[in-house]
Amino acid sequence: MQPKVKPKLAVWKFASCDGCQLSLLDCEDELLDVVGAVELAYFPEATKSVVDGPYDVSLVEGSITTPHDAERIHQIRRESKVLVTIGACATSGGIQALRNFANVESFTRIVYAAPQYIDTLKKSTPIGDHVRVDFELRGCPINQYQLLEVINAFLNGRKPNIPTYSVCVECKRRGLSCVMVSQGTPCLGPVTQAGCDALCPSYNRGCYACFGPKESANVPSLSQWWRSSLDVRREDLVRSLRTFNSGATDFERESIRHAN
Amino acid sequence: MRTRTINVDYLARVEGEGALRIDIKGGRLDDVKFRIFEPPRFFEAFLRGRNYTEAPDITARICGICPVAYLMGAVHAMEMIGGVTVPTPIRNLRRLLYCGEWIESHILHMAMLHAPDFLKYPDAIAMAQDHPDEVKMALKLKKIGNDVMKLLGGREIHPINVRVGGFYRVPTRREMRAMMDDLKWALDASIKMVKFVTSLPFLEFEQDYEFVCLKHPDEYPLNEGRLVSNNGMDVPISEYDAVLIEKHVPHSTALHTYVNGGGTCHVGPLARYSINYDQLTPLAKEAAKDAGLGETCRNPFQSIIVRGVETVFACEEAIRLVEEYEEPDRPFVQMEPRAGTGYGCTEAPRGICYHRYTIDDAGLIQDAKIVSPTAVNQKVIEKDLWHYVEPNLDRPDDELQWECEQAIRNYDPCISCSAHFLKLEVNRS
Repeated sequence: MQPKVKPKLAVWKFASCDGCQLSLLDCEDELLDVVGAVELAYFPEATKSVVDGPYDVSLVEGSITTPHDAERIHQIRRESKVLVTIGACATSGGIQALRNFANVESFTRIVYAAPQYIDTLKKSTPIGDHVRVDFELRGCPINQYQLLEVINAFLNGRKPNIPTYSVCVECKRRGLSCVMVSQGTPCLGPVTQAGCDALCPSYNRGCYACFGPKESANVPSLSQWWRSSLDVRREDLVRSLRTFNSGATDFERESIRHAN
Repeated sequence: MRTRTINVDYLARVEGEGALRIDIKGGRLDDVKFRIFEPPRFFEAFLRGRNYTEAPDITARICGICPVAYLMGAVHAMEMIGGVTVPTPIRNLRRLLYCGEWIESHILHMAMLHAPDFLKYPDAIAMAQDHPDEVKMALKLKKIGNDVMKLLGGREIHPINVRVGGFYRVPTRREMRAMMDDLKWALDASIKMVKFVTSLPFLEFEQDYEFVCLKHPDEYPLNEGRLVSNNGMDVPISEYDAVLIEKHVPHSTALHTYVNGGGTCHVGPLARYSINYDQLTPLAKEAAKDAGLGETCRNPFQSIIVRGVETVFACEEAIRLVEEYEEPDRPFVQMEPRAGTGYGCTEAPRGICYHRYTIDDAGLIQDAKIVSPTAVNQKVIEKDLWHYVEPNLDRPDDELQWECEQAIRNYDPCISCSAHFLKLEVNRS
């Protein structure tokens, strides 16, 4: 019998903090099993070996912010049977998408003494704006168990089982009392996709939307509630919508509505 | 004239995107460039206009490997502006959170990123086939570091429980005591890790560095201290900008740091160890002695042992902090914003991480400056490479390249942090 050929997994990085790919190395209990099932064909954070494509599954971290990266993602798409974007940067542009609301030249001048050395695009954009994406895994950072589920699903030719309901559902399931109702703490949980197991509310804190807008989120309704019932100032509402997923359509549109 | 170029386009087993190029012309070393090409993300720019309370969570996103360094730099700077001093239990919880990050980050680097260099494996997974016990032990140890961060921070990557003034929720004594068995195992395992890395083959490579780190009168530095060097620097952190200056060079998206009126400096475990040896915990000192280290260490290849010694320290310190823990009355101290400038400088696993913020009366950030340890170390990394390559020019390119990459990884460079970082090119002509 021929030895079974292991599927090839590749991990790619664009503008990001490395946290989402670190989630894979943080699977301390599962890591040796994962590498028993797949070949780490390209994963520079973990290995210097490089196996040529095509790759069965590519995980892409980070957003597109330079002309070179805008070209590179097309090459990766051509070499990947399945392309999965991981994390807020790759799925909505990340924290660096805050430049999209400002002037990038002025940003460059603030940070760098010699702006002429810096080659950057006016906007930070998600991978899906540039190439076809097979699955988007949300989170800032992603949930490592969701990552294992997604890898497992694509290796077995099935659809990943990742819920698209809100953080509120997780909160109720954990039996936490609502931080908005009981403490008057502004919380983005009602419009934010689940995935963290209602982490912030479990620490007496309002959700700040690491996982981005949930499916068909009613952000205007929540904004109105924040403004009228919790006395949240307009500028604080705008800042809350403009953090790690400011480029996600539902949050972007609502933040612009209140910013102007 | 014959030209040789050694080129590493994308350095592996570092956090982020960097490259190296070495040019050799007519048998002489012509140039060494350690290049950071991580795309700029402009944190200092978009922090302007944000509320002072947002700085910890936003700056944590600079780095997924050492978010605690950013959380801590930001909270200390803001509290300086607000005149807030946190009570001892909160100060101790912050110290414990940092111990968790040191354990996790040091073990990740030692076992998974750096040890394979010494034993000539492409990665820790290949190394695990011949050294399964060490790799499994390291994974478990790393996990315990992450568990400390999970309890105090909510999660290990981008913790959510840190705020200006303290925490959103503090753990109960019972939750803390539940970690004790794991921490005791971790202390024992960390001593074994020091033994394992001490057995690795080391190159002779003593360098004359200006070490810069924090120093605190009562403890091995994590969150607080004065900025000191082995060359006479001794200033409060608010004088950082006067003693360490930054320059923008074309080949890097990370700014280079120099000592004002001097040359390059070296931050990280070797600096901390050599300046603060006296304040290590008893078992950490014993582990260092058993490893054959003196009270200073100037061989950057031995940083892997020093990281091990610091991991022993972090485990011992964590045990003490858990034992002595008393729940504070309130999880945080309320701060009222007022106009001013504040400074935060803490010891990230890779070295000092500096923050400076100016806020207005409403608490909005007017100006921000953040300097990561890898950005500071860029220049000393280039210098090490220069000193290493020059006497070894007759060696074949593949061996030179392997050892140059190893020399870079001595610094556990965190490139994502420093872009505001590696590819090896060696050019021989």
